[in-house]
Amino acid sequence: MDIVIGLIRNVLEEGFIYGIMAVGVYITYRVLDLPDLSVDGTFPLGACVTAALIRAGVNPWCALLIAFICGAAAGCVTGLLHVRLRITDLLSGILVMISMWSVNLVITGGSAVVQFYNKATIFNSGIAALFKGDLRVWRVLILVALVCVVVKLLLDLYLRTKSGLLLRSAGDNPQYVISLGRDPGTMKIIGLAIGNGCTALAGSVLAQQAESANIQSGTGMVVMALAAVIIGTNIFRKARFVKATTAVIFGSILYKACLVIAMQLGLPTNYLKLLMAVIFTIALVTNDMLGRRKKQNGHSN
Amino acid sequence: MATQINCDTGFVGLRHIKKTFNPGSVNEVVLFTDFNLEIPKNQFVAVVGSNGSGKTTMLNLLCGSVPADSGEITIGGRDIMRLKEHQRSKFIGRVFQDPSKGTCPELTILENMALADNKGLSYGLSRGVNKKRVDYYRSRLELLRLGLEDKIHLPVASLSGGQRQALALLICTMTPLDLLILDEHTAALDPRSSETVMELTDRLVKEKNLTTLMVTHNLKYAIGYGDRLIMLHRGGIVLDVSGENKSALHTKDLTDKFNEISIEDGN
Ligand SMILES: Nc1ncnc2c1ncn2[C@@H]1O[C@H](COP(=O)(O)OP(=O)(O)OP(=O)(O)O)[C@@H](O)[C@H]1O
Ligand SMILES: [Mg+2]
Repeated sequence: MDIVIGLIRNVLEEGFIYGIMAVGVYITYRVLDLPDLSVDGTFPLGACVTAALIRAGVNPWCALLIAFICGAAAGCVTGLLHVRLRITDLLSGILVMISMWSVNLVITGGSAVVQFYNKATIFNSGIAALFKGDLRVWRVLILVALVCVVVKLLLDLYLRTKSGLLLRSAGDNPQYVISLGRDPGTMKIIGLAIGNGCTALAGSVLAQQAESANIQSGTGMVVMALAAVIIGTNIFRKARFVKATTAVIFGSILYKACLVIAMQLGLPTNYLKLLMAVIFTIALVTNDMLGRRKKQNGHSN
Repeated sequence: MATQINCDTGFVGLRHIKKTFNPGSVNEVVLFTDFNLEIPKNQFVAVVGSNGSGKTTMLNLLCGSVPADSGEITIGGRDIMRLKEHQRSKFIGRVFQDPSKGTCPELTILENMALADNKGLSYGLSRGVNKKRVDYYRSRLELLRLGLEDKIHLPVASLSGGQRQALALLICTMTPLDLLILDEHTAALDPRSSETVMELTDRLVKEKNLTTLMVTHNLKYAIGYGDRLIMLHRGGIVLDVSGENKSALHTKDLTDKFNEISIEDGN
């Protein structure tokens, strides 16, 4: 029984951590309709920045904020490449993803893995110290859920501001944004900044939980985030009362659960990324089928 | 065929415009070689012309969605040649033939109106919909007589083409404009909706004293509405009537003119 609870806790912890990234990618992929590959580079960016900061003794909550800002800056670069230099969205993402490899190495001082055991992280200092006794094993889950929900609520709030409404229009009907005297390209850059900021934030949380940063931790993040977005928004497609950002977090948890179940059933670790790709493919295909059915229904009435 | 040009009062002016698409290639289209049009302030101009005569391109040149090769474009005495499309949108309003272009389908009617109401101001982190303005938005929607004032929380995607176009027109004229551009904005609508939208157009143009350029294939509308009518053909103005001459115009005069042109073309 304890093993099952441990597994569930593990799924939820990781689900929420990657959920932080997924709500950001929801902005770029669903709201702006931009498949952003740079998240594979900005996730470890968040981790590496955090490792450097925490080793230097910076407050771990500040490290979260700085990681977000660094990710957002990288997202701006993707946006500038795409919008101002007119490079396709996929290629702009790849360029930033590749260049992040070097940036991350520079930040870590050339090592692929940076550890910071026994340093203050959000999970072992400050409010984390309040969790005592039985609660101690739940502190990671409580804290990551807290960060994830705060990020989600902030994004929900943002999407209802003037800037947020304009961002949604930029994805839906760029011509309308132009009619309002604004440049839809600028809104795309803002969206990519938010998406990558959240991704780096997720990277920072994961690094703090593991007390180490790995520059290879970004591989497959695009697939993970997009799968969470697609799974989440499809499952809750009919439920109008569930906000898309909430749905995406559930998507992330569900996706993690699938992976953990597969591993528990005896799938060797080597097959993990393959399984990630397979689940993503299934999600994409069903998404496509659901979309088509929706369109047909739309035509018939 | 002498082309009359009203050169004295040009609030909106297109002067010596040259435009060639795909120059130097096999697909080269020389559209405008020396195009001139002056529109006085508060004039409502209807534009007719056969397919490919250059009507949409003329509007695109004004809006900045297509750059001119050379020439001068001014609005209210200000040279706008170097302004980008979104910069020109600050004082030019445009309603497209496609009703889905003038609004954001995913946002609600209210959110669309709130966004449009903010045009010219900054789009920052303040609340998107100002609650104090809702009653004003409702009163504007009542003008449409489509019952939209009771549906302000519905996404625009759930409205019909006619309703959307009426809303687009309302939204586009919410803030002060120097020029209103309508590109076959009733063409995608059924006869009744198109009648409604056309009447609304006339009402809004009169209420706000808008300088307006309306392209239409509906000769009845071209004759019935507006102060001036011009006909384009192969990138030139072949007919330009206003005032009493326009009031005296009949649909038949226009169809005759169309026929005359196509005979000249040898069709
Ligand atoms: N982007 C473009 N590239 C190449 N040629 C173009 C382009 N836009 C317009 N043209 C050409 O310019 C000419 C005028 O086109 P335009 O769209 O202005 O005509 P129109 O008067 O609006 O016609 P319609 O009544 O069909 O809307 C056409 O011959 C068209 O092929
Ligand atoms: Mg046209």
